[in-house]
Amino acid sequence: MIGGGLLGLEAANGLLKQGMRVTVVHLLDSLMERQLDKAAAKLLKRSLEQRGINFLMEAQTEAILGQERVEAVCFKDGSELSADLVVMAVGIRPNIELARQVGLHCERGVVVTDTLQTFDPRVYAVGECVQHRGTTYGLVAPLFEQAKVCANHLAKHGIARYEGSLTSTKLKVTGIDLFSAGDFSGDDSTEELLLQDPARGIYKKVVVKDNRIQGAVMYGDTLDGTWYFELMRDGTDISELRENLLFGQAHLGDSGHGPEKRVAAMADTAEICGCNGVCKGDIVKAIGDKKLFTLEEVRAHTKASSSCGSCTGLVEALLAHTVGGDYSAAPHRKPLCGCTEHSHDEVRAALVANELKTMAAVRAFLEWKTPDGCPKCRTALNYYLLCAWPGEYQDDSQSRYINERAHANIQKDATYSVIPRMWGGGTTPDELRAIADAADKFKVKTVHVTGGQRIALYGLKKEELPKIWADLGARGLVSGHAYGKALRTVKTCVGKEWCRFGTQDSTQMGIDLEKMTWGSWTPHKFKMAASGCPRNCAEATIKDFGVVCVDSGYELHVGGNGGVKVRATDFLCAVKTPDQVLEYCAAFMQLYRENAHYLERTAPWIERVGLAYVKGCIVDDEAQRQALAARFRFSQQFSQDDPWEARVKGEDRHEFTPILQVV
Amino acid sequence: MQQAETMAVAAEEWIEVGRLEDIPRQGARVVRCAQGDIAVFRTVDDEVFALRDRCPHKGGPLSQGIVHGKRVACPLHDWKIHLDSGLAVAPDEGCAARFPVRVEGHRVWLSLKEVAT
Repeated sequence: MIGGGLLGLEAANGLLKQGMRVTVVHLLDSLMERQLDKAAAKLLKRSLEQRGINFLMEAQTEAILGQERVEAVCFKDGSELSADLVVMAVGIRPNIELARQVGLHCERGVVVTDTLQTFDPRVYAVGECVQHRGTTYGLVAPLFEQAKVCANHLAKHGIARYEGSLTSTKLKVTGIDLFSAGDFSGDDSTEELLLQDPARGIYKKVVVKDNRIQGAVMYGDTLDGTWYFELMRDGTDISELRENLLFGQAHLGDSGHGPEKRVAAMADTAEICGCNGVCKGDIVKAIGDKKLFTLEEVRAHTKASSSCGSCTGLVEALLAHTVGGDYSAAPHRKPLCGCTEHSHDEVRAALVANELKTMAAVRAFLEWKTPDGCPKCRTALNYYLLCAWPGEYQDDSQSRYINERAHANIQKDATYSVIPRMWGGGTTPDELRAIADAADKFKVKTVHVTGGQRIALYGLKKEELPKIWADLGARGLVSGHAYGKALRTVKTCVGKEWCRFGTQDSTQMGIDLEKMTWGSWTPHKFKMAASGCPRNCAEATIKDFGVVCVDSGYELHVGGNGGVKVRATDFLCAVKTPDQVLEYCAAFMQLYRENAHYLERTAPWIERVGLAYVKGCIVDDEAQRQALAARFRFSQQFSQDDPWEARVKGEDRHEFTPILQVV
Repeated sequence: MQQAETMAVAAEEWIEVGRLEDIPRQGARVVRCAQGDIAVFRTVDDEVFALRDRCPHKGGPLSQGIVHGKRVACPLHDWKIHLDSGLAVAPDEGCAARFPVRVEGHRVWLSLKEVAT
């Protein structure tokens, strides 16, 4: 076997399995030098030797000898090795002869620009023959990305650019786990995080620059390869993760996901996507049968990871495991949706900088590919415009999901649920009577207490909504926004008014917080809680913003989540007075509103931007905190109208009535 | 609340549903029939389509979805349905029944006789 690269080693292993005696001849002193550092290459070599493969390193092949058929290989130092079969896998060399003859500029490959044009702009080139920004690719995923951009230009859309592909490599040799991605060699400006456990045969190296992953090499335990690759691709700030980075995602404390990550060892019948009941076998089969290469394709064909998204890591790991080196995750700069090349951040920055105040203006300015967008971008743009131009932007109800358009939650049978607000989780006999009367009158099928200390009525027809809202409203109950990407609830305990352990009036704190924040639209739902003492009965440490009262004041916590992935909050700071709690809360919400991507909860947002950034804006910078809080309060004056009352009075009447009834 | 108009009609007849402006652009309204609801959609370009108000996936009310281009996204599980054919956008498979619909002046007319496929 001539060549100790990825394909050479896979082929050598294949020949070995056929019962042949195999020697791998490699030019350099280290295997897979483009993918592995020396330490990992050494482990790989040892493990392949244990399987029975021989190695001849630093050997330059001079000639292949034989008369009728091959008999031996001769090396530059004069030595010979007898052979019945010689297989060459010495890398891909672009075949540039034709291109050179017609006068196109070539180096190692046909040189192309970001639009995949050669030096003759009439001629495009994609694939293994091209050299883009000094790099040639031998994998299929970059080819797909190039082809997409090329097709875009051939179709005269002319907006896409190819900026190179990040690729990762896995060796497809059973029993050998190997992963590499990015720049793993590092230099003076980088740091290396290293974990070596020779007894278990584990080696992990992550190269970091400015708290961003540049590359990774893993041997023996590669489960977190896709995770490192994601962090690298997204340019995630890993300062908060450093402590546990090398131990893997399972050690981050997001309980319930650790052991399941071992996809390779999972049975085909193991359920991967709990929302849609998709098993490992289904996904592996679809990847093979339908030739799927990307997460999006797997989602479309199998529905796995297309609902709550918590199994995305598993599906990506399966994809990487199944298609090996051909897998490349989506480009690191994710477009907002299929209608545009621009990312969430770019769109937001553009609409503020250029004072774009309608959806049509944004789409025209940023050259949207579709005339009226898609559900993803319309809902996002509607929110971004609403956030950027409070009081000016006219909310577009046709660009809201049904729940926000109807101000109720749609259920599986197309009926709706109604959840009135209960300030700080408190209620009164009169409110309970009002709810009971409404439940009787509208023959509500289910009355249920929610997780946010409120009461939900289920099974209402859409036409009935304004009628039940009228009844509830007449007795002082208003919309609870339980249907919105908005402030939901502020859960409280009874605090020092009743509890023998209570240190502050957490109930009033919760009511004040809810009075200040209700009605606000946020990138995703936003939940709060206030607990009267560190026993934390209101579970404030799994909320987006949590207050834990202590004897000396109030501890503020942010970025918690009790849903898909449990995440305990980060401690933001401690303050002395209820007014300070309100100011910090307003500032935090506004920072989240202005900075997070649409449909991004505070937990992943904080993990993306880093707690240090949030603290820098809110705790360390008083002026910025006050400015954020002021912007929040300004925006609130336009959003604190009860939407139920407005609809009782006739707003959006068409929404709640059939256009015609035919007998 | 304003009551919807009620009228008696034979299956093949064209019935006047209402004015084009009564249907929100990029939205839909429901025509309630004994055989089940029909969703009448209006696109951004004022094209009008009518489909049985049931997603072929799990019966979600398509009239409540987001209309974009000539498609609607089902509000329950986000299947996309072509308004002109009633077919689910690939790779999903399924079809919602179509009904003939036409716009004359500003009036929208609907036939309750399903288009044969």
